[in-house]
Amino acid sequence: MSQAPTVDLAEEFMERRTPLQRVQSTLHRYPYLSPLIVLVVAMVVFTLLNERFLLPTNLSFLTQQSVVIGTLAIAQTLIILTAGIDLSIGAIMVFGQMLMANLAVSVTASNVLPIAGQNPALSIVLGILAATLAGAVNGFLIVRFNLPPFIVTLGTLSVFTALTLILFKARTIQGPEIPELLKWLGTTVKIGDFQLMYGVVLMLILFAVFAYILRNTAWGRHVYAVGDDPVAAELSGIRVKRVVFSVYVVAGLIMGIASWVYIGRVGSASPNADPLINLDTITAVVIGGVSLFGGRGTMIGTLIGTFIIVVVENGLALAGLDQAYRVLAVGILVIAAVAIDQWIRKVKT
Amino acid sequence: MFNRVKRGRGFAAIAAVGALSITLAACSSGSEESTDAAATTEETAAAEAPAEGGGTVAVTLITKDSTNPFFVAMQEGAKEAAAAVGVDLTVGSGKTEGDDQGQIDLIENAIAQGQAGILITPMSVNVNDAIKKARDAGLYVIALDTPTDPPDVVDITFATDNCLAGEAIGQWAAGKLNGTKATIARLVIFNDRMVSVDYCRDNGFLKGMGIDIKDLTVMGDEEATGKYTTGKGGDYEIVCLEATGANEEGGRKGMETCLSKNPAINVVYTINEPTAFGAAEALKAAGKTIGKDVFIVSVDGGLAGVEAVKAGEIQATSQQYPLLMAKLGVEAIKTIADGGAPPSNTSADGTFFDTGVKLCTEEPMDTVTAAEQWTAQQCIDNAWG
Repeated sequence: MSQAPTVDLAEEFMERRTPLQRVQSTLHRYPYLSPLIVLVVAMVVFTLLNERFLLPTNLSFLTQQSVVIGTLAIAQTLIILTAGIDLSIGAIMVFGQMLMANLAVSVTASNVLPIAGQNPALSIVLGILAATLAGAVNGFLIVRFNLPPFIVTLGTLSVFTALTLILFKARTIQGPEIPELLKWLGTTVKIGDFQLMYGVVLMLILFAVFAYILRNTAWGRHVYAVGDDPVAAELSGIRVKRVVFSVYVVAGLIMGIASWVYIGRVGSASPNADPLINLDTITAVVIGGVSLFGGRGTMIGTLIGTFIIVVVENGLALAGLDQAYRVLAVGILVIAAVAIDQWIRKVKT
Repeated sequence: MFNRVKRGRGFAAIAAVGALSITLAACSSGSEESTDAAATTEETAAAEAPAEGGGTVAVTLITKDSTNPFFVAMQEGAKEAAAAVGVDLTVGSGKTEGDDQGQIDLIENAIAQGQAGILITPMSVNVNDAIKKARDAGLYVIALDTPTDPPDVVDITFATDNCLAGEAIGQWAAGKLNGTKATIARLVIFNDRMVSVDYCRDNGFLKGMGIDIKDLTVMGDEEATGKYTTGKGGDYEIVCLEATGANEEGGRKGMETCLSKNPAINVVYTINEPTAFGAAEALKAAGKTIGKDVFIVSVDGGLAGVEAVKAGEIQATSQQYPLLMAKLGVEAIKTIADGGAPPSNTSADGTFFDTGVKLCTEEPMDTVTAAEQWTAQQCIDNAWG
């Protein structure tokens, strides 16, 4: 910024830029480029450290380990694009999953709730509906009372966690008690040595669908506009509050789908499943080049960000490092990603 | 005068509940903790009334979490015993495995309320100071399931001999291997190697196989390759020691990491059955046939776990009796509060009150000497959860 006065005006018209500025502007145009480079470099390094890293079996584990974070990160991306944030994302997923499992569990299992024994398909639908409703609650509180999303979802994080424990008696529904349909997304098909999980296919479809919606529909463009500058969006005729509310509802729907994915992935439903997954989704989104200030970022970036988290954890584990170092590495990546985001926001267009 | 005091206390309790519900809405990650703490206050408020009759004994049960069926069973056992002998029971837990602070808060609450005793499954050495404070304040503290480190931090421990439970499955594994090479995966709770239930089961398992474990309290200090000596004996190779948090998700992810390191794993030690279920999912997804290519051993003996033994998903598990631990614990504190004698140690080494262990398997092995072997059906009939 400070070099601006020394720049010759004519030179600016000729668009002569230093190599660094060119990098900056390229990154600005394609925000998923820097995470993509990180992912590729990480994969090369981990392959050099342990040749087992690139084996098809390990790659299939990588995709399977990314499935829950990835699915939830789609919801988190939509919300962060509106300059919001959702801390309750994991709590809502766990609520949906516990509702599904408690509805579908056989009445012959010990210690079940009176709601048990429902049709498995109906249970899944009701679980997804409950999560959608939970998302709507977040959206309503944010839009109707003008409350900051951080505070609202901090509150609902506690509320939904508590409701899960109170309503479902804090009981883990274990694998053998759960009907197959609920675990169906955990089924894998063999492609050579690679095991493709149905849940992974579903996640990739969701990424593609929402990438398309964001780029090519009015609603998608409105989401960007609202996040970039709500005042300008309002002035240009976008009903900002309605868009923000709809984003939280859609995010809730995706969290409900993630509930089903989670049961498939883990094979059981536990009320304190993955308590830090809300932070993992934010990490994935941020590493993926989505700006926390809203209005900028892509679904493909988030997908890459998700893979980076999983690849770093798995790669360092194969390299023989303790868990603490894996957590450390992810932390450093987050800070680097935010620093890069700040830098490319200063691009001269 | 007496009435005024009572009313004052009532108001205090109501204020406390109010304050806690505010905490509940505002607290970020301590949600479960708040719920439990709130429940604590309510129960105590209710407990004030019968106190007028004089001599009501109040006890707090603090588990590691409130979702693992093992701890749920413990809570059930305690509630049954409390109802039977007339004890006012408060139940609470840490937020998840590893939440020391949640347990410390609950201990302090019990002290503040002047309760007669605490039953606790200690999370780690970090709760020791709080336990000492409680004993200094005159509370009788019983450790359930997990001994404290050192064990004399509490008055007495009611537990499964976790080392023996581990030894039994190790002896079984060696018998099952019958001289063939063991390629071992170990799925533990933490890899900070400080929790007694963790190192005792894990190193007990290795010891049962006849592998030199060096220091019992340190996991992972044994040789990575060598010979096991139990039964016919043979070569062994340890592939991994992965932290899982003792749940399904951690079990699956840990097993996946181990399989990536070495797909030839044929023995899987798991800290408990939820971890074993997660590991089984990963093994199946990797195309392994459990019981044929690989076998899984575990410790716990929960209903779903022993049913899995019957179904061939887990090959052997050591069953313990949490309901009994909690029941005996509540009864012991009631007895002491009424002026009776405290319980004394019954375990082989005289350091704790042993509540017993059985090895559940459909394939009994001659190599097992650490525990009596039961069929899956016998274990199902005696299972918790």
